[in-house]
Amino acid sequence: MKGIVAFKRPDALTSKEFTYCPGCLHGVAHRLVAEILDEMKLTDQTIMVAPVGCSVFAYEFFDVDGTVAPHGRATAVATGIKRSLPDRVVFTYQGDGDLAAIGTAETIHTANRGEKITTIFINNAIYGMTGGQMAPTSLVGMKTTTSPYGRKADSEGYPIHVCELLQNLNGVAYLERVTLLTPRDIITAKKAIKKAFTAQVRGLGYSLVEIVSTCPTNWGLSPVESLEWAKQKMLPEFPLKVFIDKVGDVK
Amino acid sequence: MAEKILLKGNEAMAEAALRAGCQVYFGYPITPQSELIEYMAKRMPEIGRTFLQAESEVAAVNMIYGAACTGTRVMTSTSSPGFSLMMEGVSYIAGANLPAVFINVVRGGPGLGDIQPAQSDYFQGTKGGGHGDYRLIVLSPATIQEAVNMMFDAFDLADRYRNPVLIIADGLLGQMMEPVELPDFITPDRIPNHEGWALRGKGSREQHTITSFDLDPVKLEEMNLKNYETYQKIQENEVRYEEYLMDDAEVAFVAYGTMGRILKTTIRLAREAGIKAGLIRPISLWPFPEKPIREAAEKVKMVMSVEMSMGQMVEDVRLAVSGKVPTPFYGRTGGIVPTPTEVFEALKREWEALV
Ligand SMILES: Cc1ncc(C[n+]2csc(CCOP(=O)(O)OP(=O)(O)O)c2C)c(N)n1
Ligand code: SF4
Ligand SMILES: [Mg+2]
Repeated sequence: MKGIVAFKRPDALTSKEFTYCPGCLHGVAHRLVAEILDEMKLTDQTIMVAPVGCSVFAYEFFDVDGTVAPHGRATAVATGIKRSLPDRVVFTYQGDGDLAAIGTAETIHTANRGEKITTIFINNAIYGMTGGQMAPTSLVGMKTTTSPYGRKADSEGYPIHVCELLQNLNGVAYLERVTLLTPRDIITAKKAIKKAFTAQVRGLGYSLVEIVSTCPTNWGLSPVESLEWAKQKMLPEFPLKVFIDKVGDVK
Repeated sequence: MAEKILLKGNEAMAEAALRAGCQVYFGYPITPQSELIEYMAKRMPEIGRTFLQAESEVAAVNMIYGAACTGTRVMTSTSSPGFSLMMEGVSYIAGANLPAVFINVVRGGPGLGDIQPAQSDYFQGTKGGGHGDYRLIVLSPATIQEAVNMMFDAFDLADRYRNPVLIIADGLLGQMMEPVELPDFITPDRIPNHEGWALRGKGSREQHTITSFDLDPVKLEEMNLKNYETYQKIQENEVRYEEYLMDDAEVAFVAYGTMGRILKTTIRLAREAGIKAGLIRPISLWPFPEKPIREAAEKVKMVMSVEMSMGQMVEDVRLAVSGKVPTPFYGRTGGIVPTPTEVFEALKREWEALV
């Protein structure tokens, strides 16, 4: 009997084992991006910029040319690459601390310039890599190692909403917030990623997909509990939505 | 035939960079280098190159990092506070073995300082500035013509050693005008293509990755030691300096950039007064011309450093002299440029105390 291949590693991923904690959604996000690179036949012409954060090794997991930017500067590095090689596909993969705290200026100006790159933004409301400190997206009341009494709005402010901030910038061509909590969410997320890369390939401007993610390790929850917590706490704060779509229908 | 035209230092360096094959420029405005970025903004699109004004020096240096990853000739220019902001990125670029060219048109500091010429960023340029065990190749011109020629040298050195090169100019050099001869545009075949490591999309080859880190200390040490092999080669092969009237000198001045130029007048005054002075002018600040200074210390009675700072390069001069003869220092700071006469007066005081 001849077997059929129903499920395999996408070509855009290397055989290197992920270093992420069990139940972490970084791995799912990687897979979706890789599947899209394969489907759109972009793998050979893509250059990725990994951040400093849990996904600092992403350049080893994706089988594309890649580098690691200083913490927060991924979109500036990507700008340098894209401006040097405008016909290549360039994407950044960044956490919330990277993109929305230390790198906020780069995020806003890259989007505003309509830089023809794509950003995959993993919002897990925490600094994963450094051991669970408060992120700009941490929820009010959320306990982290640097907000041990819970984030207080009157001193630490409110969770920052990246998509809501960027939606007013004319340079943005595709902007959507998705999540990966259910199979259905994953299908939606994959479509969003496809649209984001399509925006880049068509030269329409900057594209960003925010993925509301989890961090079971630093949230102190089991993988399954963390999915439930994200649904109960994160999604009301970060509603799923298409903010900008200049791409239209894609097959 | 090369043309000879009157140009401001900043503009001359910009045009020379283009002729040396600079394809991409990222920068952020700051006095006294703004003519440089403005020149690039106007000229680069004219000749099909890429110019982008970044939102900050932090963004600019990281754009440089990105462009350098693609093996494209890339540069930026800034002045002191701006270069301070670039330090993390410079360290990454050095750590990732990427070629790139930086110009720091130094102004008075610390802090916001002023916008007058200074040499107070010597430590920052030659001793690190950013974090970690790395070295920049640091060059410093004394005339606009030298600055023009140096741009070609800088891009070649950066490519040859896969290491960032810093040109330390000062506000005076950036702002003054001189007639210069501009070399022709170099032909593309003179620029290495870096196919073996650059990020350009993997096509049908294996992926290329560029990083400046290894979490395993044993491997990181290996990485650093490999860099130090390169640094050693640079020290062996790339020392650049000028000697002026050193053959019969009893006093050796050491000064670089604008200060080196001013000292030639001081030396004339000294010789008229019967003090046989000469000059060693470091052109490469790193690698530092330690050997000619050490050798001069065998022959002269005194090695005097003069800087537009309170004494930074003098530490390297003293290491080279190793206590063999007195090593007095004269400097002005905060953007004050010493006159030839005041340096001559300082020399006289030191000389009389000695003899
Ligand atoms: C300049 C600088 N500051 C701080 C750090 C330390 N640091 C590394 S990762 C990180 C936060 C990462 O959090 P996030 O971007 O949310 O990514 P995650 O690990 O959650 O995926 C910090 C603060 C650094 N590497 N560089
Ligand atoms: S620390 Fe959190 S974000 Fe990082 S890999 Fe582990 S679970 Fe994922
Ligand atoms: Mg995070």
